[in-house]
Amino acid sequence: MYKYDEYDHAMVAARVAEFSDQVKRRLAGEITEDQFKPLRLMNGLYLQLHAYMLRVAVPYGTLDSRQMRMLAHIARKYDRDYGHFTTRQNIQYNWIKLEDAPAILEDLASVEMHAIQTSGNCIRNISSDQWAGAAADEITDPRPWAELLRQWSSFHPEFSYLPRKFKIAVIAADEDRAAMRLHDIGIQIVEKDGQHGAAFYVGGGMGRTPMIAPLIKDFVPLEDMLSYAEACLRVYNRYGRRDNIYKARIKILIHELGADEYRRQVEEEFGHVKSLGIDPPKAEFDRIAAQFAPPPLDASALDTIDRSDPDFAVWVDQNVAAHKVPGHAIVNISLKPVGGIPGDASSAQIDLMADLAERYSHDELRVTHAQNIVLPHVRKADLYAIWQALDGAGLATPNLDLISDIIACPGLDYCSLANARSIPVAQKIATRFSDLGRQKELGELKLKISGCINACGHHHAGHVGILGVDRKGTENYQLLLGGSGAEDVSLGTITGPGFDEDGIVDAIERVTDKYLAERTDGERFVDTYRRVGMAPFKEAIYG
Amino acid sequence: MVEHLQADGEEPCVTLDAFLEQSNATAVRLEPDEDARALIPHLGRLALIEVAFPKFRDGRGYSSARILREAGYTGELRAQGDVLVDQIAYMKRCGFDSFAPEKSLNPADVEAALTRWPEHYQTAADGAVPIWKLRHG
Repeated sequence: MYKYDEYDHAMVAARVAEFSDQVKRRLAGEITEDQFKPLRLMNGLYLQLHAYMLRVAVPYGTLDSRQMRMLAHIARKYDRDYGHFTTRQNIQYNWIKLEDAPAILEDLASVEMHAIQTSGNCIRNISSDQWAGAAADEITDPRPWAELLRQWSSFHPEFSYLPRKFKIAVIAADEDRAAMRLHDIGIQIVEKDGQHGAAFYVGGGMGRTPMIAPLIKDFVPLEDMLSYAEACLRVYNRYGRRDNIYKARIKILIHELGADEYRRQVEEEFGHVKSLGIDPPKAEFDRIAAQFAPPPLDASALDTIDRSDPDFAVWVDQNVAAHKVPGHAIVNISLKPVGGIPGDASSAQIDLMADLAERYSHDELRVTHAQNIVLPHVRKADLYAIWQALDGAGLATPNLDLISDIIACPGLDYCSLANARSIPVAQKIATRFSDLGRQKELGELKLKISGCINACGHHHAGHVGILGVDRKGTENYQLLLGGSGAEDVSLGTITGPGFDEDGIVDAIERVTDKYLAERTDGERFVDTYRRVGMAPFKEAIYG
Repeated sequence: MVEHLQADGEEPCVTLDAFLEQSNATAVRLEPDEDARALIPHLGRLALIEVAFPKFRDGRGYSSARILREAGYTGELRAQGDVLVDQIAYMKRCGFDSFAPEKSLNPADVEAALTRWPEHYQTAADGAVPIWKLRHG
């Protein structure tokens, strides 16, 4: 894991001091809310329906146990004893007092954490593959690249008042576990002539105009990566639309210019930017990469799992993934118990996961964009003990990637932008499909719910997506089918007229019944949908 | 030297169009949607470029400033308009060396804002040595 040096510490400390001063001036009435808003947003502080919400950055989703315990401490001390893990691999707290925010940021700084640029029209927290460093299919660990980008983008003087927010994801495997092409910049580390470089996909995103990012450059060498990113951003900062907030994301610029013209402008800018010397030497990458060295895993560790406890075996089959080192495994902890709030965890649960990471996972945890937690490096021999501990804390729901492993935004229960509630719909769907046998029969089915068109719940990328809208003052839910945020990226299509809260649950059941009737061997829901198209499903839903 | 007050008796800025059409003016004003690169052939005779910030949220002027400095402009580069104390440190990093805020700023706040950051992660237009260079010499 990356450890701060004196410079990183000093930068975060300066930011805490700056924001403390800004809060003081706001509380004293010296700056208006309009002037304060972008400042608090760049420190992760939103004003929501009931209170301030603080979003804490978890760079590329990686944490150690000390940091995880601090997250529990903040929930306990400053909030209502729980936190909400987000689709940006961050955590947010829903009941924060403005006057507590500086103290919270100080607490975070003490464990090398912050809330910098988790909101605002700037470059946001860099996200990555939650299995980085552990996945059998990666060509390298993408996190050193992400850390290089994190430092470059932190307090970037030119790109802190962009037309709109800017999200970057970095992966290094063909299997895309980070929805890479639905980011403003999606980077895939690829290999060419024995060298690693960055493939730049630019202009993806969800929101009200979802777009899949086109490939802008197939191979940017490491020594050019920051210059290339700078060129991509400068073209956007200068020419992205600022007349309409809904057309201000880079995806609209690239859509309007065309990928070829955008690429031409970026290449021209890059030709200039490259002369400025903004790319650090290889030694800086090596310094960072050394801190992501693989943990000392014993490849001769016992490679079998005692499956004699059937409940444990069910969990292993669903929630445990292959590790690159024999005798080891990746544990995925579902934060989606039936009837729970997707992504929420109590302080006690957060502490427990921290303990397990310290004891069994080389002190590492990950947050996933699907709002779950990962213990990336565990011995197979320890799986049973881990499962027992998780089970005792309500954290052993064996539903990874099944229909009840739902991504949901906070919705109208918390969010001032929402048109409809997301959480109760997620709870009703999970309850309707609570029978695990039935869920497993349906297989991989990624269900994602957004409470408004801003798409924080990734509904466009759901195999089944739900979009809450306001229809003449009542909550109404549209159904989408066929999206994917993975390497088979696609955008869902709306089935037709929307439903009320119970109607949407019934409609999903008709969709899954139809899938079971239509599928051929080995087809996932989304495969069947792609083969047979919308018509049979529409017929099943609307008759 | 950073000043945040406009000097008296200076030559008024002309618009970019007027500057490009005539002129022997030595001071020009650049609006957010105007291309800073249009000035590059003329930088040698400019003493003042004023970059307009009609709204503080409109960040195009930051890129304009860097482009001008990167092209070798050494004259006065002024941020004018909705220029707030919480933006001026970034503005300075992008190459601005004077500020003409519509609403006057508290000098103590300005001083605090401009001295707060011990170092910087990235290269910009202020000549600051980035942290990666400090790490590796």
